[in-house]
Amino acid sequence: MIRVKFENVTKYYTLLNTGGIKNFILNFFREYKKIKSNRFLALENISFEVKDKDVVGIIGKNGAGKSTTLGLIAGVLKPTSGRVEVNGRIAPLLELGAGFHPDLTGRENVILNGILLGMTKKEILSKLDSIIEFSELGEFIDQPIRIYSSGMLSRLGFSVAVHTNPDILLIDEVLSVGDFKFQEKSKNKIYEFKEKGKTIIFVSHDIGMVEELCDKVILIHEHKLLYQGDVKKGVELYEQL
Amino acid sequence: MFEYYKDLIIELTKKDIKVRYKNSYLGYFWSLANPLFLALIFYFIFKVVTKVQMKDYTLFLISGLFVWQWINNSIMVSTNLYIANASLIKKVNFPRNFLAVSLVLSEGFNFLISIPVIIGFMLYYHHYPSIKWLIYIPIVLIITGIMIYSLSLLVATINLFFRDMERLVGLLLTFLFYMTPIIYPVSMIPQKYKFVLYLNPFAPFILTWQELFLHNRLDLKYLFISFIYALVALIVSTFIFNKLKYKFAELV
Ligand SMILES: Nc1ncnc2c1ncn2[C@@H]1O[C@H](COP(=O)(O)OP(=O)(O)OP(=O)(O)O)[C@@H](O)[C@H]1O
Ligand SMILES: [Mg+2]
Repeated sequence: MIRVKFENVTKYYTLLNTGGIKNFILNFFREYKKIKSNRFLALENISFEVKDKDVVGIIGKNGAGKSTTLGLIAGVLKPTSGRVEVNGRIAPLLELGAGFHPDLTGRENVILNGILLGMTKKEILSKLDSIIEFSELGEFIDQPIRIYSSGMLSRLGFSVAVHTNPDILLIDEVLSVGDFKFQEKSKNKIYEFKEKGKTIIFVSHDIGMVEELCDKVILIHEHKLLYQGDVKKGVELYEQL
Repeated sequence: MFEYYKDLIIELTKKDIKVRYKNSYLGYFWSLANPLFLALIFYFIFKVVTKVQMKDYTLFLISGLFVWQWINNSIMVSTNLYIANASLIKKVNFPRNFLAVSLVLSEGFNFLISIPVIIGFMLYYHHYPSIKWLIYIPIVLIITGIMIYSLSLLVATINLFFRDMERLVGLLLTFLFYMTPIIYPVSMIPQKYKFVLYLNPFAPFILTWQELFLHNRLDLKYLFISFIYALVALIVSTFIFNKLKYKFAELV
């Protein structure tokens, strides 16, 4: 079964630095053309497939287009041309407290975040204890999260995301904030996902971890797909760039 | 899927309400303070200083100002709606218009719990709520809610493309506030300027509410015009939102 399929995907970002709505209304046609032509190429003609149970690493230099690729998979971005096909429930691992509200308690945020990630309230409530236990936040869970440290926030976010029971887990550089013990625990959880046969798409500059975790890599260089396939070969190519 | 959407709306709305009332125990009083304070100012200007001749002027002021606060707050907050949730929008593909729904619901909740204050003023001026309200209020509430939702969604969307919308919207709302019969009665508008009432999209809504609170009457003409405005606004904003929603993650 194919989980993710990119067919000749090209993505341009719209760049907006218009002079605001005043200019737009006053010089409608000129500004309109400017918006149409002012765009930035982020991915060019990319094709790949991720099968069920694949654990794929996406590597490449800063600005290569990795996060853009994940955005297209998550469906928050739309390709300019080409086709993106996704089968299954997706859970993105969010960066530090995305979608959290500082004045709500950890517990309240877990419920809100779980819903935003696609769970029903009933599902979350049934997993609430396990989420809280995994986060190891103890009695802090009933404190407003504005008093949390950044590591504590990422624990909470990670705990929610891994409990959404996704078919496809998207990870974009989010493992590095917790303390050593929690990092180990997160890694274990990811391996557990792997053993359960989930599909994982992993973006990281931690090449060691990519080599360890993934059975396939996709190397993106200057917005193009340079290589896909064997991890060792991909990493070698990447290191020569 | 229905269950999921229901949960999403309820939780987002609950969040907005919780956040408002958690920040200060006086949250409820703060939300009353603004319209009441405005009412006091306008009472002073128009009743004490210029001596406007109108029966139940205070009650008239109060009923218009509370409805206006619901409209005004929702639209002002909506300018920043998507930018405030940027990190979420960049990663998670939840239905983005639900943020606008929850905004209108939580501001609407605020309006609802201020109705007892309006009733307090009514009693003071020997007006009495009617049992008919149980039918009238939900109808007007829903039509007003749809209008506010549509405008909030529109403003929130356009603000991603033009970040200076906020100022323009603030200016426009102030303008419309004075163009709407909130601090002066319709009867004071000279005949040849009455048409302005129909051009101002908020006027029929405010007039419907005032009629409800002052005379326990549902003014079908203004209700109908409100309904048309709400419907057109809903269609236009949904169309624009659907066209642009895929760009949100690029622009926040
Ligand atoms: N919202 C945006 N609007 C315009 N251009 C963008 C936007 N987001 C990213 N870009 C551009 O698209 C290109 C690809 O960005 P992307 O975030 O996918 O890179 P990345 O591979 O994830 O890099 P990093 O390793 O630094 O995270 C970059 O050149 C970036 O400047
Ligand atoms: Mg990135």
